[in-house]
Amino acid sequence: MGIRRAFDEIMGKSGSMIPRSELAALGEWIESTPSNELRRRQQSAEATFRQLGITFAVYGESDASERIIPFDIVPRIFLANEWNRLSEGLVQRVEAINAFLHDIYGERRILAEGVLPADLIFGNPQFRPEIAGIRPPHDIWAHICGIDLVRTGPDDFYVLEDNARTPSGVSYMLENREAMLRLCPELFRSFRVAAVDSYPDKLLETMKSVAPIGVASPVCVVLTPGHYNSAYYEHSFLADSMGVELVEAADLVVDDDIVWMRTIAGLVKVDVIYRRIDDDYLDPLVFRPDSMLGVPGLIAAYAAGNVALLNAPGNGIADDKAIYSYMPEIVKFYSGSEPKLPNVETWRCREPQALKYVLDNLKDVVVKLVDGSGGYGMLVGPTATKAEIETFRAALIAEPHRYIAQPTLALSTVPTLADAGLAPRHVDFRPFVLTGSKGVQVVPGGLTRVALKEGSLVVNSSQGGGTKDSFVLMDNGAGEQAQVSDAFGQAQVQTMGQPL
Amino acid sequence: MLSRTASSLYWLGRYVERADFIARLVEATVRLDVLSPRPAGEAAWASALAVTETDAAFAKTGQSITKTNVARFLTLDASHPGSIVRALDMARNNAKAVRTALTREAWTAINGAWLVFDRRASAGNATATLNLVESVKAETRGFEGAIHRMLRNQTTWFIRLGQAIERADNTARLLDVKYHILLPEGERVGGVVDRDQWTTILQTVSAVTAYRWLYSEGLRPANVIDLLIARSELPRSLAASVEEAVDILNLLAKRTGLHGEADRMARARHARIARTRSGQVIAGGLHQYLQGFIGENDQLHEAVGRQFKFS
Amino acid sequence: MRLSVDHRTTYHFSAPQARLTQMLRLIPEDTHDQSVTGWNLHVDCDARMRHGRDGFGNRVTMLYVAGPISDIEIAVSGEVLTHPSNGIVHGGQEPLPPALFLRDTPLTRADADIAEFAMAIGESDPVAWLHALNIAINRRFALDHGRPIAGRTAIEAFAEGSVSSRDMAQVFIASARATGVAARYVSGYSPVCQAEADGRPAPHGWAEAYVERLGWVAFDPSTGLSADTAYVRVAVALDSAGAAPVAGSRLGEGFETLDVDLHVERDGQ
Repeated sequence: MGIRRAFDEIMGKSGSMIPRSELAALGEWIESTPSNELRRRQQSAEATFRQLGITFAVYGESDASERIIPFDIVPRIFLANEWNRLSEGLVQRVEAINAFLHDIYGERRILAEGVLPADLIFGNPQFRPEIAGIRPPHDIWAHICGIDLVRTGPDDFYVLEDNARTPSGVSYMLENREAMLRLCPELFRSFRVAAVDSYPDKLLETMKSVAPIGVASPVCVVLTPGHYNSAYYEHSFLADSMGVELVEAADLVVDDDIVWMRTIAGLVKVDVIYRRIDDDYLDPLVFRPDSMLGVPGLIAAYAAGNVALLNAPGNGIADDKAIYSYMPEIVKFYSGSEPKLPNVETWRCREPQALKYVLDNLKDVVVKLVDGSGGYGMLVGPTATKAEIETFRAALIAEPHRYIAQPTLALSTVPTLADAGLAPRHVDFRPFVLTGSKGVQVVPGGLTRVALKEGSLVVNSSQGGGTKDSFVLMDNGAGEQAQVSDAFGQAQVQTMGQPL
Repeated sequence: MLSRTASSLYWLGRYVERADFIARLVEATVRLDVLSPRPAGEAAWASALAVTETDAAFAKTGQSITKTNVARFLTLDASHPGSIVRALDMARNNAKAVRTALTREAWTAINGAWLVFDRRASAGNATATLNLVESVKAETRGFEGAIHRMLRNQTTWFIRLGQAIERADNTARLLDVKYHILLPEGERVGGVVDRDQWTTILQTVSAVTAYRWLYSEGLRPANVIDLLIARSELPRSLAASVEEAVDILNLLAKRTGLHGEADRMARARHARIARTRSGQVIAGGLHQYLQGFIGENDQLHEAVGRQFKFS
Repeated sequence: MRLSVDHRTTYHFSAPQARLTQMLRLIPEDTHDQSVTGWNLHVDCDARMRHGRDGFGNRVTMLYVAGPISDIEIAVSGEVLTHPSNGIVHGGQEPLPPALFLRDTPLTRADADIAEFAMAIGESDPVAWLHALNIAINRRFALDHGRPIAGRTAIEAFAEGSVSSRDMAQVFIASARATGVAARYVSGYSPVCQAEADGRPAPHGWAEAYVERLGWVAFDPSTGLSADTAYVRVAVALDSAGAAPVAGSRLGEGFETLDVDLHVERDGQ
């Protein structure tokens, strides 16, 4: 699994010093900017993040320390035609997720037609019977999706994971771009980069569009668990940039199946809630009676159609790792066509044959807990010690249904500032997809996570990952048409002027 | 604005003001203790406990009333609500809950004040104690400045409303306790006075220089009482605090359209204090007057909570 | 059989509450085996009520009371006609398939002891097995007529000697699911195990298990029999918490005390 074999998003080949012809301008920039200057800018960006309080808490660290996620100054870049193809796949997938949720909590056609095994749904704790039968306003469930992608070649994108509950990270997309605009303005003269700063406006537009029918000027809020939550910065950032209130559960009250917020001027009716708290803590009357958190009556208000919840409760059944391996079938079932974005090949360890294969090949595969996240409970075979492999072998034999396994992919790399200068590091990508009553839109950008350790494939921030800005170009780069590589030969190359 | 936010801002104001007041009180008491030519130390520290209403809590610790014990108790002892460290802790918790409504500068000041106390065990000798309270005062001054540089909107008004109401309470308490100790019943105002003791009062409310400007006739208890009650030129006087509460409630009413019992109560109180003559107050019984004022102030606090639906 | 129910639940609060929000599952539904001929839900204070259904198809009443309020009485009374059905439920609201009722919950999880207990029941016919399980649980425990202990799990109950009807039902459910039989909790009313005059009454709880070709069949381990005409079925769920007659939340200081007054009578057998 050598890093040298991987595809490099900028250089074409990991470790190469010559950029892909479309991205020649980035090569020039790298060449003309000494790495100590790059380092200085990077430190300046990180100092700003620290000042803004863009921190996260690390689970398992005793002193509840707050850390910033390291930022890397070299952007990853998508050409317009790459992006357009990717977007189509994302739209198709998110539409399928919405259709699936609508179906699974309603008619359950997909089970009736035998596309999915019923026990996969009904035995899954992510299927919430408490909200079965409820139809959200406008029948939209997954308003804000973060789809985690990896890339192994110029045209080879794979979905690693769907996030249809409360995907986070969009504040990094925006703050990273702010930092790049401030620290590397010359890059935005070399490249026509699509803006991401309208995200809060688009999010607010999405929220308003899914308000209950008949509400003329809907009141929208962001619901946070509070300032102890590791993503609190993002919650307050989004509320502030949309100009809506950031509320906690105690600020909301339900009366007569209507949600109100407590303000100094009395109760104000709330129509749309972007909630960043888990289903379990939404309403103690319905989900967790032992929880003191939550808004009693919220689900009743939602069931009565008096409030929109983004994302809808119960969405966990769509992004569960056990469901993931069926996503190609799900996409095909609802869209009627082949998935434009493939899954990573996945062995379901609940199936005896798959389990046998995984046990025989533990040192080559990645094993994941079906209900794990954040890189916890994960085995990366090629970099694991013998002892780690044996621990997982025992766990797999004891509870095979809790695990899936995937091949170790040659994740693409992007040049990244390391101790000894620029070096290729593996990345993944989380674009954000918004679904409102007027349709689905993909924000031209996203969160690129980078594994800062040489050769590492684990990009999670809790495991030493960092982030990069992700440029989406409005054209196909600086190369002349003839120089566009074969992989992009079919695409429309726009030749609009490039201000230099 | 969310009620919770308004409530946190208001309490932030109250706790910062309280921390600042206790710091001044400790500072003035240290000076009195050090400068006093006779062993008046114990009485000075006992009165500091009375002013902060912590005498009962202190008695529970079983310690003797000495400079070291009381100074530590009022600054660093987190076990009771009358210490600086507790006031700052509460201020910081409220600030955290409304972190995004504050400027970085305002937050840093609160956090800085809190950090002064983080993991400190002893207030040390007189000089160390003075240094400690001086650094608290510096941070609260920084906070005050930051508040004045913030947008003039509901956020700052709720903080300042909390400060004004806390300040009125603190000044009234200070005057009540000190006066009671210095002039036991039956003694005539204007008799032989203990200069140092009266200076302590002025120091606690930063009014030594103001006194000299306003009164040409040397240190007299009746003048000190007049200054602290009726002179709105002095920011920490009752009159000034009462006036500020009215002004801020007016600003809030203009912005939010919310007029209510707190406004009516504050205006009525303001009208009364404008007619108040300190001479009459002394003749009629200062203690009763101040107790009445403190009770009224509590009622105004409650009315603010109801008017802006804090709970 | 004609059953009449009079059920009063009173909460007293030690300090006035600013707000009460309660979710009530107190209204039975017509099935082929039970006809609700009259039913009233009454609250003794100004309250807003909204009717709906939960995910299991149960009728739910949201009750909203603005304070200050120091006590509240929720009263239901009514009459239900039941028809013999050998415990089989016909014509119920079934929005969720039996497969859902195989999953465990914290209250109905089985441990090795419960699993072993269930496995030891040596009947191969599914219905006979369920009856044997029902009888085995009935014999294992003495029935405690008192009010059930809130939050007690099947595993905890299994270690006790004397438990409530709710506990027995949850042990039944845990045992059935441990052997792959779908089972669920039912809350409702029955005179069969009503307390003596001095007992503290509570709504009744029993279980239903799914049998191919028959459908849902009701078992009451507190009698060791199938639940039949002497039962008013009100709500079903994965466990007793999900079918709770009253789930509430209050905004205010202090503690609450609960009084329940319940009379279930059969007229004209």
